[in-house]
Amino acid sequence: MSVLTVENLSKGFGGVQAVAELSFSITEKRIHSIIGPNGAGKTTLFNLITGIYTPSSGRISLLGDDITGLPTAARAARGIQRTFQNLQIFFNMTALENVMVGRHLSLRPRLLPSLLRLPASARADRETEAQAADLMAYVGLGKWLDADADAMPYGALKRLEIARALAARPRLLLLDEPAAGLNAVETAEIDELIKRIAAGGTTVVLVEHDMKLVMGVSDHILVLDYGRKLADGTAAEVRANPDVIRAYLGAGAA
Amino acid sequence: MRRLLDARTGGLLALALIIALLPLILPNKFYYDVAIKTALNALVCVGLNLLIGYAGQISLGHAGFFALGGYASAVLTARYQWNGFAAMAVGMAGVGLLAFIVARPILRLRGHYLAMATLGLGIIIAIVLNREIPITGGPDGMTVPALRLGEWRLIGTTTWYWISGGVLLIAVWLALNLIDSGVGRALRALHGSEVAAETVGIDTTRYKVLIFVISAVFASLAGSLFAHAERFITPTEAGFMRSIEFVTMVVLGGMASTYGAVVGAAILTVLPQLLTKLHDYEHLAFGAVLILVMIFMPKGLVPTLQNRLRHLVGGQPR
Repeated sequence: MSVLTVENLSKGFGGVQAVAELSFSITEKRIHSIIGPNGAGKTTLFNLITGIYTPSSGRISLLGDDITGLPTAARAARGIQRTFQNLQIFFNMTALENVMVGRHLSLRPRLLPSLLRLPASARADRETEAQAADLMAYVGLGKWLDADADAMPYGALKRLEIARALAARPRLLLLDEPAAGLNAVETAEIDELIKRIAAGGTTVVLVEHDMKLVMGVSDHILVLDYGRKLADGTAAEVRANPDVIRAYLGAGAA
Repeated sequence: MRRLLDARTGGLLALALIIALLPLILPNKFYYDVAIKTALNALVCVGLNLLIGYAGQISLGHAGFFALGGYASAVLTARYQWNGFAAMAVGMAGVGLLAFIVARPILRLRGHYLAMATLGLGIIIAIVLNREIPITGGPDGMTVPALRLGEWRLIGTTTWYWISGGVLLIAVWLALNLIDSGVGRALRALHGSEVAAETVGIDTTRYKVLIFVISAVFASLAGSLFAHAERFITPTEAGFMRSIEFVTMVVLGGMASTYGAVVGAAILTVLPQLLTKLHDYEHLAFGAVLILVMIFMPKGLVPTLQNRLRHLVGGQPR
């Protein structure tokens, strides 16, 4: 079944067409990758799917419902979560609190019980804390529970964003370059983590430049070039596609 | 030791002790009055710090809300013989509503726009209080009847010392509760990264409006108590410089620190009273404090000292 369907999606910034007439669909419980040269429109596409940008034209639907006009927070409520290429961590909070914020939609905090710290509110908070701690252990951040986010190394922050996104129990998880800036060992760990997340029933969409990672984990790959779909299919199909080879290696190589 | 530094338990206890023991060293009425003003300024700052320090929004108009609360109490009790507590509640509700109406359109905008809009609102409130002479008494101000609890007239500096101290203690407790809840985390999150907050499902505009309204209601309550404690109020309470004073107190004490707001309010209320000879330079001093803190202690007094202390006892620096 299709989780996400994108139809004729376009987004222009002045004269630049970052995404052009793009259509594709994401099937449930698989790992999808979106690849393409720098400036191909991958991050723009994530920003369109999460509602950070408004498309110039086209339609985005989640599980059959049109979500094109919904604000970002409402899309989160429908099960879309993401991480960011340039980290968007809450640096004014602890690591654990960052993940607890991810539980916001299920916690539904209310003002008066929070102000008075009513027992029910305090109990819900303790549960949230325990769930967040479990998730941190799940992504391999068990020893950073009490750390302030601004005291953590880059690789740990990458995982922290994943834990925060998972805390919302998303149906669709968009990972924007989760392995960027990581060494080989850390990349292998992220590879394993992504597989575990998908095995748990979450549909994962990956934007990534590390081809070894992409080819290794992806059930399906979408190749973008100048905002247009260049090819899509399995890793083997994409690798053999002459258009893809031309875009990546230059015209002479094909 | 870590336990003592815990904001919730140790801090509240320490604040309660200070409030309880302070009368032992307060020599006369004048100092009680300074203590009352300190507590009421601190009450405004605890609310304002929720907005500035935790949610990362700025208001340059909180003196306007303070004065509106004060005048609501003054006008309703003096001219319409209302019960003081009812007037106070209506003042808080009215100020909350005004803050909501103003915030809704502005808080969609970011940064400077809110500062400018609240600045304008504060100035408008000051002008109205100055000009509506039949109601407010104009620039001369107006006297305020005593607050009554049944047959008991709440008058005198000692009585008001305990009232303002008690209210401050409760306000600090409420603020600490809020910050350490899902609501507080949402506020801190939108300060940390608005886009990430939206992405996890936080309606950031709604939360900004919410905390703006709460901080305005805190200011209104402080204004009402001030009017009854001093038995007199003038439109200077709504002045732009008063708003700047509140912001300076929050910044000096430490943004995102509830106790910092109290300490900042205490220092900047007590110092001018002790240095009355230098009154002409008061605004200059406020400006200098703001600049120096920004340069040397951008996190403010209390967080900086907490850090040093934690370092000394060997805990995690934060």
